[in-house]
Amino acid sequence: MIRFAAAGAGHRYPPLRPAAAGVVAALVLVPLGYVVAAAVATGPAAAADLLWRPRVGELLTNTVVLVVLGTVACAVLGVGAAWLVERTDLPGRPLWTGLMAAPLAVPAFVSGVTWTSLSPGFAGLGAAVTVTSLSYFPLVYLPVSAVLRGIDPADEEAARALGCGPWTAFTRVVLPQVRPALAGGCLLVGLHLLAEFGALQALRYDTFTTAVYDRFQSSFDGTAATMLALVLVALCLVLLGIEPLAAGRARTSRVGRGSARPPLRHPLGGARVLAVGALLAVAAGSVGVPLWGIGLWFATSNSTAFPADELAAATVSTLGLGVLGAVVTTALAFPVAWLVVRRSGPLARVVERCSYVGSSLPGVVVALALVTVAIRAVPAVYQTVVTLVAAYAILFLPRAVVSLRAALGQLPPAFEDVGASLGVSPRGVTLRITLPLVVRGLGAGTALVFLAVVTELTSTLLLAPTGTATLATRFWSASTEIHYGAAAPYALLMILLSAPAAWLLTRRSRAAGALA
Amino acid sequence: MSSLSRRHLLTAAAVAAVVGVTAACGSGGTGAAPTTTAAAAADTTLVLYNAQHEEVGKAWADGFTAKTGIKVEVRNGSDFELANQILAEGANSPADVFITENSPAMSLVSGKDLFAPLGAETKGQVPAQYSSSKGDWAGVAARSTVFVYNPTLLPEAQLPASIMDLAKPEWKDRFGISPSGADFQAIVSAVYAVQGDAAGAAWLQGIEANAKIYRGNSTIMKAANAGEVPAGIIYHYYWYGDQADGGANSNSTTLHFFGGKDAGGFLSVSGGGVLKSSKHADAAQQFLAYMTGAEGQKMLADSNAYEYTVGAGVAANPKLKPLSELQPPVVDLNTLNGPKIVSEMQRVGLL
Repeated sequence: MIRFAAAGAGHRYPPLRPAAAGVVAALVLVPLGYVVAAAVATGPAAAADLLWRPRVGELLTNTVVLVVLGTVACAVLGVGAAWLVERTDLPGRPLWTGLMAAPLAVPAFVSGVTWTSLSPGFAGLGAAVTVTSLSYFPLVYLPVSAVLRGIDPADEEAARALGCGPWTAFTRVVLPQVRPALAGGCLLVGLHLLAEFGALQALRYDTFTTAVYDRFQSSFDGTAATMLALVLVALCLVLLGIEPLAAGRARTSRVGRGSARPPLRHPLGGARVLAVGALLAVAAGSVGVPLWGIGLWFATSNSTAFPADELAAATVSTLGLGVLGAVVTTALAFPVAWLVVRRSGPLARVVERCSYVGSSLPGVVVALALVTVAIRAVPAVYQTVVTLVAAYAILFLPRAVVSLRAALGQLPPAFEDVGASLGVSPRGVTLRITLPLVVRGLGAGTALVFLAVVTELTSTLLLAPTGTATLATRFWSASTEIHYGAAAPYALLMILLSAPAAWLLTRRSRAAGALA
Repeated sequence: MSSLSRRHLLTAAAVAAVVGVTAACGSGGTGAAPTTTAAAAADTTLVLYNAQHEEVGKAWADGFTAKTGIKVEVRNGSDFELANQILAEGANSPADVFITENSPAMSLVSGKDLFAPLGAETKGQVPAQYSSSKGDWAGVAARSTVFVYNPTLLPEAQLPASIMDLAKPEWKDRFGISPSGADFQAIVSAVYAVQGDAAGAAWLQGIEANAKIYRGNSTIMKAANAGEVPAGIIYHYYWYGDQADGGANSNSTTLHFFGGKDAGGFLSVSGGGVLKSSKHADAAQQFLAYMTGAEGQKMLADSNAYEYTVGAGVAANPKLKPLSELQPPVVDLNTLNGPKIVSEMQRVGLL
């Protein structure tokens, strides 16, 4: 049974919500079951042979090192940039607000490919950490800057008045409030790094995910390849174990906004030039290099062409799938996030943790799992938008769950309790109190999922209705034929299509600050 | 008022999904429910799982539709994705025809007995050495192994006479390979087939010690072009394709064909087959015969794919070194990329 948390105890338990969360868990468990079945089919002896060899040790080291360094780099970049933009007298703040979110609009594989075309020798661990952290640090920057913007300066002033130095005030007052947002962001980064393929392939850094693809390609032995993904599941579980510890147990919700003053802005003094230089370097590496690379493709390639029909069709289907995938995924994420925040018992936590597993798996494993299940269980929806959107939900639920979890965490349960005590049904409470107050969290989740769907490749290739082309599939097919000029318009359109969603996320952090 | 909220949220999501489905399928049609009515060609729609270059698959599909009125829907993907997808789909596969870049993907599907026997017309058009000995798939195109090199770093006089030379110590760090790709693995299996297991194993050990590891043929070519590595083992069409595209990634390099039936002259075959589960077997066989016939092969020769033609005696793109001058080694395609090669590459540490 689900244990009622003290904060929300007292009003009725909405019966449909755990059922909906259960459906989500079942969906997410499809690829996990597929991986386990593959492991069973491989048999213990063959599995041991496959897993117990020096190459696997190498891959494990590579993967762990990348996840640790990449996540730490994203945390440093994300918190550093958020601090500089929100809490110092950095010149040109509105510009930096947008620029620090902009990398989300640039697909990581486009970044990887353009960085290597800048210099073919740019490869290996250093390159992988550089490019992936430049691509993914906004996942930390956005939630952290939202919190920093919303923190009541009175807390920090009180700490200073009680004798804390600026650094102590930061670590003892500011950091605990930032921790849940930071931990959630880092979790997303870690999951992305586990499953990253395109960028790492271009940068020639081998991890378990690239090994799974290699294994598929080399032996064509799908079962053994899928079984290797079991290691990724294990690594994902480790990340999921670390995250709550990193988040801390601080309560982040409060009623009322305190005295409505702008947050403290620390004078940078002589370090201003340094700060501007650092942010400029980050923007140049994350957005400048990819755009420059795409420009170069336009300029030097004979295959550059603008087939209006194909560009338009791919844009329309990308946009449609992106919006549909984002809306459905966020709707599925709501009951999961609500349960874990409001009724945080073991069962709710298991369901929430389950929703992260799918995103740590290589896209091809998730797609093949859905192929196997859908064609047997529900052949009518095989290779229709329904299965494709299910794949998107499995892959990108964490983006929505993390956003909604943070938004719900900032909403005092008392609001809902008051509604319930005044006789409003659970449904009415959700519709009239909860949803309107977390609408920005919903928006953020939707935007983050949209950004991911726009660049998704493998599941789209395998599961989309036959004949559907998206910007990502067109980019992939042109760039594998090394027609970079032909690929360039699709890369540029992906960035243009993603830009509004990334911009929306910066709006949200401003507004969320005002809400908290 | 209590019946609002959640139900509405879910209803809204369901409505959005249905609207999306309808909109997305309005133009393309679904792959799920084939329209299975009798003879009229115009009513038949074939589904092609295309792992060949997208433009090649599309050209064949469009050409066939124009000629016969039979519509063809194309699903694109890579060899391993689509082959594994067909395996996962089993007898329910919506695919009628499957074409690939390399033969191992065909062997995988063939090994599970999912292909129907080739029609007589296709069999007559494609020489036996480019087809499955089991008679269930035929070659549709081919690509040759080449040694791409940067003449400023590697003068022509120092070129290796045989791919076997690359295992010698003097080649340490002087060439790149892409061991994780199916392409290079096919080349390794050709070496084993031509030279025997003992010589093959010794060679592979030398390659592991000498080669610089890249991911993907185009990456190797770019590295050689940039002078990062003097040479590399790739397939020919990457170089011709980039030359046609302006040569930004290949202008400082040139190609060396091993020839003389050397294992390094291995010719890899792209295959095509009709799925046993196809509900339009006749039309599907007709489509495969079209691809391998004079019209389809001419289309390939004229395309930007720069692959070799294999069927109906049609000459390849004139920009390519003619197939007749290549002298590739004789290799049984069904033995390629066997588990043995993969475990050998794992043993020496290349995988």
